[in-house]
Amino acid sequence: MSNRPELTMKAPEPTSTRLVVTLGFAGLLSGLIIVSVYEATLPTITAYKAKVLKEAVFKVLPGVSSMRRLTYRDGRMIAATGEEEEEDLVFGGYAADGQLIGYAVPNAGPGFQDTIRLLYGYLPQERKVVGMEILQSRETPGLGDKIYKDAAFVANFDELSIDPEIITVKKGRKSAPNEVDAITGATISSKAVVQIINRGNQRWVPRFSGSETLPKPTPVGAQ
Amino acid sequence: MSTEDPRLLLQAAPLLKQQLTTRGAMLDVLLALLPATLAGLWFFGLSGLLVLTASILGSIMTEWFFTPEEARRQHLLDGSGFLTGLLLGLTLPPSLPLWMAFIGGAVSIGLGKLIWGGLGQNLFNPALVGRAFLLATFPNAMTTWSPAGGPADFFQLHASNLALPFMHVEYDGVSAATPLGLMKFEYQDTSLSNLLIGNISGCIGETSGLLLLLGGAYMLWRRVIDWRIPASILLSVAALTTVFYLVGPDRYPGPLFSILAGSLLIGAFYMATDPVSSPITPRGAWIFGIGIGLLVVLIRIFGGFPEGVMYAILLMNAATPLIDRYTQPRVFGRGGAGR
Amino acid sequence: MVRKKQEDVYQEFIKGLWRDNPVFVQVLGMCPMLAVTNSAVNALAMGGATFFVLVASSFLVSSLKSWIPKQVRISTYIIIIATFVTVTDFTLEALVPTIHKELGAFIPLIVANCMILGRQEAFASRNSVKLAVIDALGMASGFLFALFALGSVREILGEGALFGVPLFGPHFEPWVIMILPPGGFLTLGLLLLFFNWVKERKDRLAAQLAEGEAS
Repeated sequence: MSNRPELTMKAPEPTSTRLVVTLGFAGLLSGLIIVSVYEATLPTITAYKAKVLKEAVFKVLPGVSSMRRLTYRDGRMIAATGEEEEEDLVFGGYAADGQLIGYAVPNAGPGFQDTIRLLYGYLPQERKVVGMEILQSRETPGLGDKIYKDAAFVANFDELSIDPEIITVKKGRKSAPNEVDAITGATISSKAVVQIINRGNQRWVPRFSGSETLPKPTPVGAQ
Repeated sequence: MSTEDPRLLLQAAPLLKQQLTTRGAMLDVLLALLPATLAGLWFFGLSGLLVLTASILGSIMTEWFFTPEEARRQHLLDGSGFLTGLLLGLTLPPSLPLWMAFIGGAVSIGLGKLIWGGLGQNLFNPALVGRAFLLATFPNAMTTWSPAGGPADFFQLHASNLALPFMHVEYDGVSAATPLGLMKFEYQDTSLSNLLIGNISGCIGETSGLLLLLGGAYMLWRRVIDWRIPASILLSVAALTTVFYLVGPDRYPGPLFSILAGSLLIGAFYMATDPVSSPITPRGAWIFGIGIGLLVVLIRIFGGFPEGVMYAILLMNAATPLIDRYTQPRVFGRGGAGR
Repeated sequence: MVRKKQEDVYQEFIKGLWRDNPVFVQVLGMCPMLAVTNSAVNALAMGGATFFVLVASSFLVSSLKSWIPKQVRISTYIIIIATFVTVTDFTLEALVPTIHKELGAFIPLIVANCMILGRQEAFASRNSVKLAVIDALGMASGFLFALFALGSVREILGEGALFGVPLFGPHFEPWVIMILPPGGFLTLGLLLLFFNWVKERKDRLAAQLAEGEAS
């Protein structure tokens, strides 16, 4: 404090009440400001998040015109109530006439560097994966990031049979409908993507076929 | 020492039997590397030669550029810059664009040696610093391997070699996985005789096991390297891979394959033994070598890369000061550690 | 007297930009410096956010300095800084969600940037409002400049582009390491090396000049 003589001299020891009041007042003001900014920006932020999700779902399920959050309970797929954990949700995609087309399944798993989160579209009648979108990944730039930057690799998932399970083969050797051409130099990232989809299928596919009645899309276009 | 065969030699200790200079030691290592280098040129032709030249040029020019004028002559003539460039070049794939090899040489000397204060001050092996930089910077080019050829294809240059600086050309179709890559990703074995001779794909100077061993034996005979380091590395790799091999012979490679494939030999004899970045005490040398061996096997079997010698040596380089500190010999006549 | 005052203002501004640059000279704020400078846009966004927080906090702290008891000054500064940071965080998320996603946790972490608290304690709390703002502007510009220098070098080498615009055509070979964390450390180290070299050269030249004048 020796370098601040003007303060030590000027201010006599303030009472604790004053300290508390100052801090409390500062905290109150700060809280007010933060809450108002939060309220002001929340609609934009939520709208953007919903838009991104919707775009992803529409991308992995071609031909879909509306979507709904679904969950699995008591042996069948039902509309989510909003209380479910993130991992218990899938998205149902519906055609314009309200007919269910397929499901968009989010799943995550370990990649080469960090967790990869992705969304893939699945058609239960044809037992096929029809689209894949990486939502989040930290794969090596230039190699592993080809899992979403390399259009040829992403195109692998545009029509992919899931029986008996999806497997990766060396680039250019794809011969069966359930095979994926791996990315040269990024075999691990490619396998990670396939692994994540396979895991998602193990969990969700039995539930899809087990539900006898497909959930009715009421109300159409909601969410 | 200038007199030939003196009848009576009077001098103060230390009584050196031979002159051990930096230059002499470097020359010995260069001589030991000669067979493996020639083999690299035999198998990879002009491409190999150009990559080696580019990386050596990168090293030497950086050394020249960042050395004060009065010290240049001495620093360039001790041959350490040349040796670093050559060692780096030998661990590069033959189809690497030349400008990348040049940058690798520059990084080896600049970030691997000079920035620490010059020869003898660096914590890490300079050539491996350059290689680690290249692998992290250009992962695609650094993991594109071409098959070994023979003298008949000597003048068949890879198009990728001649890429303009900062550019790349589309890699031509002839690529081939290394024996370790084949093993790791396709469970495909490579015959031991090929690994010994070296007509396999890989880095320019790492493929021929036999010639690397020959060079290593020469250096051991000349005593320019500490025999404990290669011995402990090879023994620990052999022991550990034997265990894995016995557990799952169809999944894990055997000990002989593990020693001969990849850059284990060149690493164990020429890089881990770098006197600057390895421990000086005998006990430390054993710890150092065993550490490298363990890390190599762990990275190869459980890691994402098929090869781990480079990272293993760099990691143990980092541990060297600590090892040296804890393995100081006891001072005679005192109990406990002599400090 | 007036002239002296103006020079003071100029000096307070320029010291943050160059002589006492928070990054290249004081080596402060390394965490965002290394973490988010993998592209020029990210660097600018981070620099801009820090700029706003620093200038606004300095202004407020300097204005309120006689009201804040010294026993609780640090907590009060932190409250002020944290408020501005949170406001910035929400605003960025609403306005530029893609950049906000890239910057991730590093926007909230501006609170922990020691450069900002350091300026409050060392300057804003003991100088006039005007000088405090000038000082904050200088320091923030210096920080922005440093972030941008690092971000543009890393993006140019790592992606062959600046602000997402390719500079070298389709055959450029990207230096992957530059957009990875080690590239941040390497580039920062080399930039520090360069700035110290420039400084040393300048000092030596100045010394030589002084010598020449003396003799």
